[in-house]
Amino acid sequence: MDVTGLELSGVRFGYGDWQVTYDLAVPSGSFAALLGASGAGKSTLLSLVAGFERPTAGAIGVQGKDVTNLAPAERPVTTLFQEHNLFPHLTALQNIGLGIDPSLRLTSTQKSDISAALERVGLAGMEARPPRELSGGERQRVAIARSLVRQRPLLLLDEPFAALGPALRRDMLDLVNALRRDTGMTVVMVSHDPADARRVADCTAFLHDGGIADFGPTASLLDNPDVPALAEYLGV
Amino acid sequence: MMTGYRPLLWPGGLALLSTLGLAAVALGALLHAAPELSMAAVWDSYTLRVLRFTVIQALLSTALSLAFALPVARAFARRTSFPGRTFLLRVMGLPLVLPVIVAVFGIAAIWGQNGAISNAMEASGLPGLSPLYGLSGILIAHVFFNMPLAVRLLLGAWQTIPGESWRLAGQLGMGPWAIFRLIELPRLISVIPGVAMLVFLLCFTSFAVVLALGGGPRNTTLEVAIYQALRLDFDIARAVGLALVQVAACAVMAVIFFRFAKTPESQATEERLIARPDTDHLPGRVIDTLALVTGSLWVLGPLIAIVIAGLSGPVIDVLSRREVWAAALRSVSVGVGAGLLALVLGIALLATTRDLAVRAGRTRLADRMELAGSLTLVISPIVLGAGLFVLLLPLVPVFDWALPLAALVNGIVAVPYVLRILAPTLRRTAEHHDRLCASLGLRGWARIRHLEWPASRRGIATAWALASALATGDLTAIALFGTQRDATLSLMLYRALGSYRMDEAAVLALLLVGLCLVVFVVIEGGIGGRNRT
Repeated sequence: MDVTGLELSGVRFGYGDWQVTYDLAVPSGSFAALLGASGAGKSTLLSLVAGFERPTAGAIGVQGKDVTNLAPAERPVTTLFQEHNLFPHLTALQNIGLGIDPSLRLTSTQKSDISAALERVGLAGMEARPPRELSGGERQRVAIARSLVRQRPLLLLDEPFAALGPALRRDMLDLVNALRRDTGMTVVMVSHDPADARRVADCTAFLHDGGIADFGPTASLLDNPDVPALAEYLGV
Repeated sequence: MMTGYRPLLWPGGLALLSTLGLAAVALGALLHAAPELSMAAVWDSYTLRVLRFTVIQALLSTALSLAFALPVARAFARRTSFPGRTFLLRVMGLPLVLPVIVAVFGIAAIWGQNGAISNAMEASGLPGLSPLYGLSGILIAHVFFNMPLAVRLLLGAWQTIPGESWRLAGQLGMGPWAIFRLIELPRLISVIPGVAMLVFLLCFTSFAVVLALGGGPRNTTLEVAIYQALRLDFDIARAVGLALVQVAACAVMAVIFFRFAKTPESQATEERLIARPDTDHLPGRVIDTLALVTGSLWVLGPLIAIVIAGLSGPVIDVLSRREVWAAALRSVSVGVGAGLLALVLGIALLATTRDLAVRAGRTRLADRMELAGSLTLVISPIVLGAGLFVLLLPLVPVFDWALPLAALVNGIVAVPYVLRILAPTLRRTAEHHDRLCASLGLRGWARIRHLEWPASRRGIATAWALASALATGDLTAIALFGTQRDATLSLMLYRALGSYRMDEAAVLALLLVGLCLVVFVVIEGGIGGRNRT
């Protein structure tokens, strides 16, 4: 793979005493997991990539394009948050439609694209449902469908499935993984569970002590942790 | 929080500038008129007598309201499911929105010389009640308004007691007295000072009740004395002096109030519905039933009397008068105008304070700005009106401007309601959805249309409806600026009461309540939408 899906070079960020520096290159089209203890800066990394936070130094590239100074909506990135991914008063179709046009003027072609996206995430025919009539898993599926119609090459998962049960969480991860293979997008997820990383992630980064302590293919990284902090984190 | 974030300062800045600016101009006009008088001439035995009466009636009203509210609130807290509980709690909210002058009519119909109780006593051979006017009438009216308010506030404190406490109390076998002493009392002690200060402040600045029931210089409060000096004696110097005393007193109380009034930290957990262990105790049942029945009758009696007296009065005669409908139209226009003004000022202020609190991390500054928006706690509507009156009298024909001025004063008075209703919704909308909006590029008009409006239209409708209904029934500002020529319905009702035309007053009172209700329902239904959850 020639192009990097996501590249952070010398990205610095922090408040007061708490400072982090990130150097990372995720190959295009791969699925990367970010592991690490609470407070290691996993979500901060995603916020920097999505543009909700601005780094104090360094550069962020997506698909070879420098996005460091772009506004969140201009970046070729979609984020799935842990909650509040949908507006509660809009239907599934409208929530997805906002991903195509923020003023929600949709052509009939776009509407059929939305229906197709709903079908791909297993929610065929649920266009008119408001979020309150959907289960937690179904809501996140609607958000995934929106990320599909947005056609952004990089998808960030900020623990969107953390509140779901283990079986449902595995289903959702498999769904995202299948969509990744179909579309060729790059996926980066924050995770608390090494088993999730093993299941779907080609490569894994371990965040520790203000930076990325280790990065490599998931299986070899987790089977033979050569960084002491990672071994301690995994409890092996 | 984003570093170097530049908050949206101008809307709130403009709103505060106009309200505080207006208050400053009003106060400045009073002070400007002050040099022509010596403070010694104002600070005389009359002022002292008025101040003493104001304080005494407020102290007694507060003590009685709280003493009555405690058993009623405890009964509501202990009996969490009896038929009609929700209805009775709603009833406890009614005095807040009932036009004061209408309530005075209802109270007179129960407690007056020719009221229901007096008639019943005479019918059974007992001497009837003496006239309602004077201190006893003022106290009854103040307890009518403030006992239910205190019940609702105290009940809020009871509900912050975590359910686990009841489970623990049951396990340890604590009796009703131990529960009160060890669980309920500590919680109440933290809120009673705040509630008492609020009730005291409301009674200290009470206007319409004292105007209608106060009768004579012996039973006059500062607010009414300012009005009398301006409108009856035309003694501007005295009005200015009294207004300055009033502002100073309220400022002192407001400072004390904000020292005491801390919102009780919520310790309520997920499990709220753990039953109290002391509900089967027989004496407790008797006490609670008594408290609930007395409290309900106390509030419902005057309300029912208003309806019965109004319907049995000369309905056709009063409703066929052209001037009654003209007055009704004036009431509604003052009400809707004041509501709209309060809404615009409130939303402008909240646009800035939300930005400061949620996005710039300046929560303290945001809270202070919202507090400054509630300045009418220090500068009462009568003082604000008196300042405008003194300012405008040499410049424009004040009495021709009565309705816009009344709407202006009422609008500023209603800003705190708008802030309380809308602040939580607006802040929550930003907290939950800012990031999603940023990533979708949802901003400007699209953000208002697809997010802000659907999320807050119910709150906007409720705030506008409440502010408008309160201003529709207002007597304070219109008494100051209004004349016979452009009387509102509340002024017409006040005059009918003053000249003992009770049959006419009964119909006017019911009409005014109906009008406030219509204003509320039409605005809330029309703006808030029906099929929203």
